[in-house]
Amino acid sequence: MNKIKYILIILAIINLNVIGKDIIVKPGESIKNAVQLSVKGDRVIVKEGLYKETEILIDKPIELIGEGYPTIDGFSKGEIIIIRSDSVTVKGFYVNNSGFSGMRDYAAIRIEDSKHCNILSNKLINNYFGIYLAGSDSCNVMYNEATSNAVTESSSGNGIHLWKCSYILVKNNTITGHRDGIYFEFATFSRAENNSSFKNVRYGLHFMFSHNDEYVNNVFADNGAGVAVMYTKNVRMINNRFEFNNGSNSYGLLLKEITDSYIENNNFTGNTVGIYSEGGTRLLIAGNEFNSNGYALKILGNCTDDTIRGNNFSSNTFDVTTNSSRNSNLFMGNYWDKYKGYDLDKNGTGDVPYRPVSLFSKIVEETPEAVFLLRSFVADLLDMAERVVPVFTPESLIDETPKMEKVIN
Amino acid sequence: MIRIENLKKKFDKNEALKGVSLTLGESTVAAVMGPNGSGKTTMLKCILGLVKADSGDIYVNDCHVNGECEYRKHIGYMPQYSCFPENLKVKEVMAMIKDIRGNHCVYDEELIEKLKISEMNDKQIGQLSGGMKQRVSSAAAFLFGGDIIILDEPTAGLDPVSSEIVKNKILEEKKKGKLIIITSHIVSEVEAMADRIIYMLEGKIYFDNTKDELYNSTGKANLNQAIASLIETAESEEKQ
Amino acid sequence: MTTLKILKYVLYDVLRSKMIIIYTLLLFAISFGIIYTGKDVSKAVISLLNIVLLVVPLVSIIFGTIHFYNSKEFMEMLLAMPVKRKNIFWAEYAGLSIALAVGFAIGTGLPLLMYGGASGSFYLILSGIFLTFIFTALAFLASVVNKDKAKGIGFSLVIWFYMSVIFDALVLVLYFVFSSYPLEKATIIVSALNPVDLARILILLKLDVSALMGYTGATLQHFFGSAFGMLFSMGFLLLWAVMPTLLALRVFNRKNF
Repeated sequence: MNKIKYILIILAIINLNVIGKDIIVKPGESIKNAVQLSVKGDRVIVKEGLYKETEILIDKPIELIGEGYPTIDGFSKGEIIIIRSDSVTVKGFYVNNSGFSGMRDYAAIRIEDSKHCNILSNKLINNYFGIYLAGSDSCNVMYNEATSNAVTESSSGNGIHLWKCSYILVKNNTITGHRDGIYFEFATFSRAENNSSFKNVRYGLHFMFSHNDEYVNNVFADNGAGVAVMYTKNVRMINNRFEFNNGSNSYGLLLKEITDSYIENNNFTGNTVGIYSEGGTRLLIAGNEFNSNGYALKILGNCTDDTIRGNNFSSNTFDVTTNSSRNSNLFMGNYWDKYKGYDLDKNGTGDVPYRPVSLFSKIVEETPEAVFLLRSFVADLLDMAERVVPVFTPESLIDETPKMEKVIN
Repeated sequence: MIRIENLKKKFDKNEALKGVSLTLGESTVAAVMGPNGSGKTTMLKCILGLVKADSGDIYVNDCHVNGECEYRKHIGYMPQYSCFPENLKVKEVMAMIKDIRGNHCVYDEELIEKLKISEMNDKQIGQLSGGMKQRVSSAAAFLFGGDIIILDEPTAGLDPVSSEIVKNKILEEKKKGKLIIITSHIVSEVEAMADRIIYMLEGKIYFDNTKDELYNSTGKANLNQAIASLIETAESEEKQ
Repeated sequence: MTTLKILKYVLYDVLRSKMIIIYTLLLFAISFGIIYTGKDVSKAVISLLNIVLLVVPLVSIIFGTIHFYNSKEFMEMLLAMPVKRKNIFWAEYAGLSIALAVGFAIGTGLPLLMYGGASGSFYLILSGIFLTFIFTALAFLASVVNKDKAKGIGFSLVIWFYMSVIFDALVLVLYFVFSSYPLEKATIIVSALNPVDLARILILLKLDVSALMGYTGATLQHFFGSAFGMLFSMGFLLLWAVMPTLLALRVFNRKNF
């Protein structure tokens, strides 16, 4: 008897120590039942096949693992996987066709008020929201692919959505066809890395009130309105690519009320506006490549104490525009391909300062139709005259140390 | 061959032709003379269709000149100034005229040989001297054997040998029954070739008759004096 | 047929003329220099754009005018032959504009092609060819209405200056005056009034796509970028070549030489 007691105790201990059992689910069986039957630490292993289920609630720390990418199809009804427990892992599933609702944000995978969860290597197809994290922290969202077919902003949800979270790692995900690819609101101390967010109807990345975050090595391309970051402090945006975000309200990077942040070594190519900054304060914009944008940098008059240093501006229609006649930002050591100065002492820095705001860009700013005269002889003439005798462009918006060659970052 | 009836032409306010009538037949060398601005070039250009007359009619070989171009296949023309594009080779000029005139014409290769055109064959018109250009021009005018030939100052700028060749050619063509119209300031030349003198003054034909009649009516023995006396008469008439 | 016969010799003449050869070589040298010394091809295309929009019209209209006056005696000689006036006119016009267009296409197109064709090169060449035909037509028009050579050249210069500079300056002034009105449609109409602007927009659509996508640019982009817009600009460019030519031909047909 004693022996049996011991074995039971040992089993219980093993169980408690998360060395759980494996529960196998095959097509025809229910994942929901298996999850209900499982106990903390179990692994629910789902075999390849189609499972028509919704509202799979995971409220204990288990692993839900797909083998050979089984498909959980919600047939457009409600949510599919809901996590309300710490330390849950969901890995290797196709999660398709969540419900759509104007009232509730249905997601393929939702994590609520949980910690240390992992959402790994899932393929989320045709969902309203893809992965939705609310009130959670220290979770990893990695190697997922979210593909949807959003047409309008109002009828679509976000790919990876964070709300009131912290310490979240969003890494190596691919998001396309959603409203916003990645959305952070009140998400702090989080990091988005190596993600690719393209062809989403609104923003590739959208974050608000999300302080102390980092965005590194991501690619944001062909999104309806580019990337928008608003009302945030202490953001580091490094090594990202912002490409081909074109349209009348489209920006590579839209900054609104951003303070004490770093925008470094990013690449802005082929955007209508590379960076649009409204109320940006104490920003460091350095080492970025601005290439073939309509407007590389639109910096509004309410931006103060920003430093624009060591960037490369090439083949942009307009390099810098502003709506103000004053300037309280520092431009230094940038490379401007339109710079026509000389470098007699051969120190790599031009001997004459460069004024990146052209008169014609100012005219276009005020009379947008005048863009019709772009690259006409008259427009060039005006710019030339203004460069010699600046009257209309901000006197102090000037790069005193323009580089002769591209800055190598 | 050519019949002109009451031809009038005005350039702006300047009346170049004030009603010219003229009939020219075959086997004739007709010299159109007169001071600058007398209307002789305008009249020739009207015949050629270069200038469109305000009123009056021109018939070439009984064909009414009214904008059609076909009648010009009968006419060879040598303008006063060289007229060929600078960068064409002489042989290309000749080829071009043959191209445009068509194959039905008989070409006068003999004159081309006499004027030594083939020596210049590979030269471009721009490289030729004025005299050489005139040689090409005159050859071009006679080349295709039209039965009316209009020559504007044909021997000006020609070397004596070529000049002689052209003069002989003119007389030769006359014998073949052709009508040759020339303008010239060189009276001796006119005297040697022309059998009919048309003297124009202020847009009108002042005198039009054979050379012999001109001598008879003025009583002078050479053309120079005859013309001088004509002009004197005209001036004295004006005074009256 | 007669036109083609004459055209052949006009082409022989013009293609051998020093000015065409110099024009071609100069364009080639400049284009080659811009493309191969610059670090950036799209920047090179922008520099070439200025050449196409300023130099091509200028050379076409001036050379066209000079050529017309220099060919006057030749045309007289041709007119004395059994050839219709319109044949002579078409041969002269076609010969000169084809020669100039070939010169331009070789001078500017060859370096671009050797480089592998940067974006916008096709439209650059196409626009240049259009402008060549248009400004040669305008040259002929200026020449047939002025008997005097100096006057004709002066007239041509004025046309060029108007199209290249004055027109756009006037448009800019109009923008300022009517800045409170929506001017998108007006802009499209105005563009049709100047072939240089049409050509410029055609190239801009390839070069500055991003900038044109913004604000009002989008209207232009939408219009000129659409199939209809393409047809519109090509159509008007063609009209700009055809109308002055026909007008010049009308005068030429009645002209006294």
